[in-house]
Amino acid sequence: MSTLTLDEDIIAADFTSLDARDASDFRLEELTQIEAEARAPKGGTRAAKDNATHQARNTASTPGVLRVTLASAIKFITRHPWGLYIAGAYLALVLVSAFWPQLISDVDPTHQNLLQVNKAPSAEHIAGTDYLGRDVFSRIIYGARYSLLIGIGATAISAVVGIIIGVTSGITAKWVDTALMRFVDIIASFPAILLALVVIALIGPGLTNLIIALGVSHIPSYARVVRAQTLQVIRSGYVEQARTLGLSRLRLTLRHVLPNALGVVPVLATIGLGGAIIGAAALSFIGMGPQPPTPEWGAILSESRSYLRVAWWTGIFPGIALTLTVITSTILGRAWQKSYERRGA
Amino acid sequence: MSVAPVFALPTVHEDADTATRRARFFYLARRGLTRIVQGAAVVWAAGTLIFIAVHIAPGEVIDTLLGANSNDIELRKQITQEWGLDHPPTVQYLLYFARLLRGDLGQSYVQHRSVNSLLADQLPSTIELTLWGFGFAVLLAIVLATFTSGRSRIGKAVSQSFELTLVSVPPFWLGMLLLSIFSFRLGWFPVAGTSGFQAVVLPALAIGLPIGCFLAQVLREGLDRALEQPFALTARARGASLMGVKWVHALRHASLPALTIGGLTFGNLLGGAVICEQVFGRPGIGRLAVQAINTTDIPVILAVGMLSAVFFVVITTVIDLVYLAVDPRLRSEAQWRETTR
Repeated sequence: MSTLTLDEDIIAADFTSLDARDASDFRLEELTQIEAEARAPKGGTRAAKDNATHQARNTASTPGVLRVTLASAIKFITRHPWGLYIAGAYLALVLVSAFWPQLISDVDPTHQNLLQVNKAPSAEHIAGTDYLGRDVFSRIIYGARYSLLIGIGATAISAVVGIIIGVTSGITAKWVDTALMRFVDIIASFPAILLALVVIALIGPGLTNLIIALGVSHIPSYARVVRAQTLQVIRSGYVEQARTLGLSRLRLTLRHVLPNALGVVPVLATIGLGGAIIGAAALSFIGMGPQPPTPEWGAILSESRSYLRVAWWTGIFPGIALTLTVITSTILGRAWQKSYERRGA
Repeated sequence: MSVAPVFALPTVHEDADTATRRARFFYLARRGLTRIVQGAAVVWAAGTLIFIAVHIAPGEVIDTLLGANSNDIELRKQITQEWGLDHPPTVQYLLYFARLLRGDLGQSYVQHRSVNSLLADQLPSTIELTLWGFGFAVLLAIVLATFTSGRSRIGKAVSQSFELTLVSVPPFWLGMLLLSIFSFRLGWFPVAGTSGFQAVVLPALAIGLPIGCFLAQVLREGLDRALEQPFALTARARGASLMGVKWVHALRHASLPALTIGGLTFGNLLGGAVICEQVFGRPGIGRLAVQAINTTDIPVILAVGMLSAVFFVVITTVIDLVYLAVDPRLRSEAQWRETTR
């Protein structure tokens, strides 16, 4: 994916496959429900029905108290999407750190204190201090804005360029379509991180260039998905009708095709954001991003590498923050994708 | 000894077989040829893209190419000649490709060696790491998917959260974690170095775990779908155990989508290897690339870019062949059309 984990390419390929599983889950659920209803006395109370549901489920699988409790616990969590709430709360935390870091930590992330070098976590420094005596917690909080900025910026570039290529491809002549799609294929034939490295080699390292490099390397998935959507919309009845009304091609595209073809982009972008953030961190890690002392997460991890043996906290906590951010974006994106597909189906 | 008429029948069959086999052979040969042509086209296009990228990068082309060495007059002359920078763009392009076709990737300005020899030095280590990483990923995916597919919801839930976490972990950080646990604390593996199998274990885990978990998600979905199919039911009705059905029948069925996606993860694998080489201090093209960027050694970077495009072509071709091995139906033209449409 992007760099390394979830590549949007894969997600694009994966985009329709979740449907089937949902459907089968639903079927199972329905069956249990029907069975339960059959067991429960007619017109019985809600509690009686629930009890019967448990019984039905109990007989369906191996009986056992532990199993039932665990199953109902999992049921409870899936029915009330705690995962989503937690992800939302964490996202809010990251957003607050990005926009108003001083609300969470009042310590200057670049303030060095050479008397307090590599100190383990304590009440004063809850995530310890690094090799220059800087407060690790504060650096993580202030670093959120860089990771988020690079991730969102890169995703925005890929999405916008991808939309332009995809829509153009979908509405223009066959040869333009072929040419554009071949171009996209070629970009896709470079591994994202290596393409980003080539771009950085040509335009130089730094924050802005990192955003551009990452953005360029993730264009293909957006272009492909938008093209597929555009083609689908164009073939639908209402566009056909609008065309018979004599609308110009431009107007048709802007008013009718675009709004319907682009619905999927925010979903794709949310999932892709995680990948972009990992990519950003990975490239910063090898020194291609914001330069020290900027507290970008990848850069912090890179600096901590030489001190892992004596100060594990400098390497662990920023990584946890980073991973949680990626998980959050994946969870939210997938949930959105599911509800989007359900609406579409 | 006279041959009974009954034994004449097989000859008729054989003739039919030979015809089918010949048709199949020509079909496969044509497909192989198409793949090679397509692959060459991709490599050519990638080279062109790199050429264009160099030319539209900000600043003079010669300064971009020279990078940090722009004061070296000798070198400037040499590069002008090598890339034909005193010629019109079309000639430059032809010269550039003539060089690529000869397999000449140019000279490293910083290391004063040919890029070819640099790559020859660094490549084996990266390939070793990538192969181990991929092998581990596939193994993990198969084990996770076969043991948690089917009706066990708890196993599935646990495995899914495990996978979601690992898929989201940046490989380089995973590498740092593994390093601090297994090398620094437990001392099971060397901290850095290239010698032997021991040195490749942790980096291979670092790039293999996320990809393996991702593949496991895809594979499990495929297995679940395969288990719902009539053939799985038939096998179960014959008395085969659930595990037996999964291993013998469903896995093969489910592996096609996983293969497609496995091919797409190749970029992640190579990208992961590039980053993990930094963490573990392994030699390899990742280290080479990073060094080259830090010293703006453009020819090395371009060569690494070209190399990854070539890798991509090779991998997609191999996957196409593996398809044929996994699913015999795809060996005939009509079936292939039907399945891939």
